[in-house]
Amino acid sequence: MARDTFTKAECLYDRYVRKTKVEPDQVSTHYCPGCGHGNVHKFVAETIDEMGLQDRTIFISPVGCSVFGYYYFHLSNVQAAHGRAPAVATALKRAHPNSIVISYQGDGDLAGIGGNEMLHAANRGEPVTMIFINNAIYGMTGGQMAPTTLLGMKTATTPAGRTARNEGGPIRVVELLSKLDGPVYLERVALTDAKQIYRARAAVRKAIQNQVENRGFSLVEILAPCPTGWKMDPVDARHWIEETMMQVFPLGVTCDRTKEIAPSEAKPVPFVHTDLRALLDIEDESEGFAPNRTHSEGVERGVRLKVAGFGGQGILLLGQGLAECGMGDGYEVSWLPSYGPEMRGGTAHCHVRISERPIGSPLVAESDVLIAMNRPSLERFLPDLVPGGTVLYDSSLIPDGVARSDVRAVAIPATQIANELGSPRTANMVMAGAFARATELFTVDHLKASLPRFVKAKATLAVNETAIDRGAAHMEKLLETVMT
Amino acid sequence: MKLMKGNDAVVRGAILAGCRAYYGYPITPASEIAESSAIYFPRVGGTFLQAESEIGAINMCYGAASAGQRVMTASSGPGISLMQEALSYAAGAELPFVLVDIMRAGPGLGNIAPEQADYFQVVKGGGHGSYRMLTLAPASVQEMCDLTFEAFDLADRYRNPVVVLADAFIGQMMEQVEFPEARHELPEKPWAVGPEAERRDNLISSIYLEPDDLEAHIRKLYAKYAVMEREEVRYESYLLDDAEQVLVGYGIVARVLKTVVDDARRKGIKVGLLRPITLWPFPTQAVAALAKQAREFLVVEASMGQMVEDVRLAVSGRVPVRFHGRVGGNVPTVREVLNLLLPHDAGTGANPITGSKAPEEAIHG
Ligand SMILES: Cc1ncc(C[n+]2csc(CCOP(=O)(O)OP(=O)(O)O)c2C)c(N)n1
Ligand code: SF4
Repeated sequence: MARDTFTKAECLYDRYVRKTKVEPDQVSTHYCPGCGHGNVHKFVAETIDEMGLQDRTIFISPVGCSVFGYYYFHLSNVQAAHGRAPAVATALKRAHPNSIVISYQGDGDLAGIGGNEMLHAANRGEPVTMIFINNAIYGMTGGQMAPTTLLGMKTATTPAGRTARNEGGPIRVVELLSKLDGPVYLERVALTDAKQIYRARAAVRKAIQNQVENRGFSLVEILAPCPTGWKMDPVDARHWIEETMMQVFPLGVTCDRTKEIAPSEAKPVPFVHTDLRALLDIEDESEGFAPNRTHSEGVERGVRLKVAGFGGQGILLLGQGLAECGMGDGYEVSWLPSYGPEMRGGTAHCHVRISERPIGSPLVAESDVLIAMNRPSLERFLPDLVPGGTVLYDSSLIPDGVARSDVRAVAIPATQIANELGSPRTANMVMAGAFARATELFTVDHLKASLPRFVKAKATLAVNETAIDRGAAHMEKLLETVMT
Repeated sequence: MKLMKGNDAVVRGAILAGCRAYYGYPITPASEIAESSAIYFPRVGGTFLQAESEIGAINMCYGAASAGQRVMTASSGPGISLMQEALSYAAGAELPFVLVDIMRAGPGLGNIAPEQADYFQVVKGGGHGSYRMLTLAPASVQEMCDLTFEAFDLADRYRNPVVVLADAFIGQMMEQVEFPEARHELPEKPWAVGPEAERRDNLISSIYLEPDDLEAHIRKLYAKYAVMEREEVRYESYLLDDAEQVLVGYGIVARVLKTVVDDARRKGIKVGLLRPITLWPFPTQAVAALAKQAREFLVVEASMGQMVEDVRLAVSGRVPVRFHGRVGGNVPTVREVLNLLLPHDAGTGANPITGSKAPEEAIHG
């Protein structure tokens, strides 16, 4: 079969060396006679030559008949999965803003399987050039229906003709995209006669020029013949575009904001690798730590703690604060929260472990200490407290106490104290103070010194300190009562 | 040192490793990775973009990796399912990038609680074709940082996607982390595409039309995977020297099992833990060696049994391999696993540690 051949543009290969088997005299393409892809390849290549962009261009081959675009274009080339070229183009361009990224796709690829990628790349206004070959059919796979197939058109998968009721009508891409704010330039052209081909070439040139000037997203839709898929000879195919396709897909510009956007130069991104610790908020804080704890002889110190209450009580922060303080004191710590929608309006709890030894399971299935800030939490987690364990509960909200006699139950009126301080949200820190005093894992002073590491609002530091003091003092009083 | 969430540590590890592009799509329990990335990538002159879908995100990774950038994305079960096609393309086109999977419970929408049931789709390959992905399984927040950091080196060394496979608990929990020194220089990638004359011949593609060519390409990939199997296997042994029973688990489960080992050892039961750190390549030889010494294996997972298949292959029928799994967001507990450890009292049938009489209850598979 006779094949189309290209008059060689500089950025088209003379011999198709990227083909697996290159015969010495191989100069013809894999496209069928009269196929539109050949035309478009040729003038895309010529435009790249004219504009001197061969070394800057990255060409994306899609899945479809033009999957082998890279055989012909002597350019940096990326072959993308079916429909995903706009996503690939997005990242290529962002990695190399000074490159010229040309995404070349058929209608199945761009408007069918890749509709979402196309829509969003356009909507983001990615400053790339998209060449869209609309041949109203799936060429590569043997002539099945495309999103752009005309109503009534017979294809391998619409043997009786496409119907609006079953398949919907053809998608008009440049009209659709023109409703978005992202694109800068959208035009539909056709490969019918010399005049139209000249226009098509001008449109492609403009779409690439826009990228050179960094103006934004440009897409050219090209009505192109697929004589094989349409079962027509090449001449009839061109007539059919003019007489039938163009009735459904009118030629013209649907968006042109080129003039509204000043040209600029896209610069390569420098690789920043200094001062990373400051930029990433990971500067070593150990200097601020005060490991004033002496390692205990014999008995291993540590706690398996469960903190629970309702969302909004600062339950997770309370647990985190105790872990922070423990870490500052040289303990191994872990904090594991309840997370996700469960927390919205509902209960919140966290597992905290503070230990002198590396921590195995961070899950606290059995707790040594339970901090319960409301009744449902107390009921849910009290059974998991080990015999002889300690429960600190907010007696302002749980007035009727704890129904277990084998544990140490400590009533802290945390909410009441916090209200007295004029800051109801500090009930959690009242509990933290009581915890520090009760367990003596770390000092109350150290807990206060740790506050800035987990309380972000600096204005509240003072009242949180007071809350810790009040909680610790309350605990102190209870301990004295027990002693005497 | 810093107290930090696993998901946040991933982002720090990535940026310190020289990653400068993040493309992602939100999903609990991985969203903090995207949210942290949205803060920190722009700060270091990098790219952060919320893509239109996980399909978009992973194909953006494909593009950025083609351009030679260190790039990553993160997701969880349903999102990882959507990414499989591109992972196959990336393995075929030999593109390095890092994917972090913070596993949640499935199938379907399941729920947002932790599970380990993405093992099959990640370790065995949920995409089409013959390919492998190096898979790292952190079990602490420190490892979330360190393994993510190293994942970029491994991805570049082998020109292959690398997956950090963690579960929701490892992602959500906070522990202390020490951070590695930042990478100031990244490996050259002469094969990548870009706006330079010398890259004009470069082609990123997974197509080999001729069967012989494709077979040669796949064999080349497998030669590479064979090197990974030789060089990259990692695991942690915990009190295995004299172990008669070997526990096997990864991620959060391995943490639970460590406590099990400690508790059981206190009672004089000779049990140890093998924690695979690379799930692929799997520590097959280590398991096989233990099969000569141990009386039995107990594999524990937050799934209905996925990694257990690899353990069984390695043990090759030499000794019994039992399995215990919890699913739906429940994680096996210390007590449950202790119940499964022998010996049970001959007379009463009770477990010497927990007193439980019904060890079989929790066994599946
Ligand atoms: C995920 C996936 N689904 C289906 C295919 C099969 N396939 C290859 S090309 C193609 C259609 C391409 O049609 P179009 O984009 O219109 O390009 P043309 O061949 O007409 O140039 C299809 C369905 C594939 N490669 N990948
Ligand atoms: S099938 Fe159609 S689109 Fe494909 S090469 Fe032939 S004519 Fe061109």
